[in-house]
Amino acid sequence: MDKVKVEICCGTACYLLGAANMMNIEDQLPAEWRGKVEVEAKTCLELCEKENLGGAPYVRINGSEIMAQATPEKLLTRIGELVEGVA
Amino acid sequence: MLNGSTFIRRELMIRIVRAFDSGTLESELDRIPIKLRPKNEPSSRCCVYHDRAILKYRLMALLGVSVEEETDEAKPLSAYYAEKAWSHPGETSTPKTPLSVCGPACSGCPDARVVSTQNCRGCFARPCVYNCPKKAIEVVDGHSVIDQKLCIKCGKCITACPYNAIVKTTVPCEEACPVGAIKKNEFGVAAIDFDKCIFCGKCFNACPFAAVMERSQLIDVLAAMKRGEKLVAMVAPAAEKQFPGKIEQLLAACAKAGFSDVMEVALGAEKTTAHETAEFIERMEKNPKTFMTTSCCPAWVNLVWKHLPDLVDHVSLTPSPMVYAREIVKAKDPDAKTVFIGPCVAKRSEARRKDVDYVLSFEELGAILAGRKIDVIACEPWPVPRPANPTARNYSRSCGVTDAVLTEATSKIPGFKLDAKQINGIDRKTCTMVKLHASGKIPVNFLEVMACPGGCQNGPCSLVK
Repeated sequence: MDKVKVEICCGTACYLLGAANMMNIEDQLPAEWRGKVEVEAKTCLELCEKENLGGAPYVRINGSEIMAQATPEKLLTRIGELVEGVA
Repeated sequence: MLNGSTFIRRELMIRIVRAFDSGTLESELDRIPIKLRPKNEPSSRCCVYHDRAILKYRLMALLGVSVEEETDEAKPLSAYYAEKAWSHPGETSTPKTPLSVCGPACSGCPDARVVSTQNCRGCFARPCVYNCPKKAIEVVDGHSVIDQKLCIKCGKCITACPYNAIVKTTVPCEEACPVGAIKKNEFGVAAIDFDKCIFCGKCFNACPFAAVMERSQLIDVLAAMKRGEKLVAMVAPAAEKQFPGKIEQLLAACAKAGFSDVMEVALGAEKTTAHETAEFIERMEKNPKTFMTTSCCPAWVNLVWKHLPDLVDHVSLTPSPMVYAREIVKAKDPDAKTVFIGPCVAKRSEARRKDVDYVLSFEELGAILAGRKIDVIACEPWPVPRPANPTARNYSRSCGVTDAVLTEATSKIPGFKLDAKQINGIDRKTCTMVKLHASGKIPVNFLEVMACPGGCQNGPCSLVK
């Protein structure tokens, strides 16, 4: 069973536009998901330039899925779906 | 906390920096509002055209132009930019009034009232009627009605009602302003009375329509950097934890962004501590019954000057950490220009008085770093000659100044006693509190005042509160 890989963009643009609120996302994971999720703070993923700035903050999930305008709530919901899926 | 207002402000700042750096700002400026609110797409207000009009004013404020001073509505942003970029090279432009109200963005919130809502069950006990000291409440057709002519908005009925049926509507900017400086004008739109305004920035944060705007010096700083001027970044102690990484990494990021040199304002705070302690001891020797109040919070100093004239003599004459930081920079290189970087609106008014050339907020610095693709955590820590001492780095927190002065004084005079009180955040009650301290009713000899609750890191332009 692979872990859900969550990469939070901590480039300064994403940080200013909301990533600062997701820095502690690991602490917000329910106990039963711990160990099934791997969270990493990344330097700029360059999505704010390739995609669009208004879509920041960006999060990359499992290497390919891009979440735009990510919020802690949106991210936790998506992680939940994936964890339930792999569990 | 991030919300729609902070998001759009920061997004526009980053767009400006990117366009400036690619040399396309002048041609892009007038297109930004259209790009962000294309037709046939959802709008935040009544229509995309209203949104675009306000985006234009937001960009004007970011160019440092006062929205109130607009004389020609047809003047494009590119024309404002051209004036800004090519006139008075080398001259500084700290605006006299750092805040500006954008009339078209103001929703003209109805005056504060206490009203009974549909939740009213017209109950038998009627605690609202019984508790109203002005007999302003009647039950008509099974529903409580408040006579607005009699109501004094005391709120007793609000707490008395078990159904939460009575609410108070507010005008958020008026509610937030500690000195009654923001009021609706004859057109029903908020306007700031600059004779009263202390630039605390509370209305700037409070307005849910983001109608209060800060007049930025972002473009001035970018243009000065491009002209090759030596700009020294003076980073306020409140920067701790505002960006990911350590303060030394933030200094390195500033250097990478194009500042010729960087320093912590906390080094200036060390000097403030030494002087303020000496001043305090001297004042107490002259008159042990008097009290002294701190001078480093510019909104507090503005409050005393504009609203508490009897207290002027009690304000410490010691310059603020920013002023000492400027001295340190100028002693090293008299030609260098100084840029204070902090979370404060009122510092812009102090900078103007004290010859600090530019002020950037943490948001504006963040926009420069974002625009230039600099990640603080990816920077090698800046080799500071020596880190500022911990009490100086702690200056931005409530009790920080008291703590620094007490530490300094006890190191000189063992057993030194400080009868200190702190006012942690200025609001309408502050003036009453301060007067009580001044009259001796609450004994105190050292009164620390911070306009923002908790200290500068909760300032109006901080990134993380």
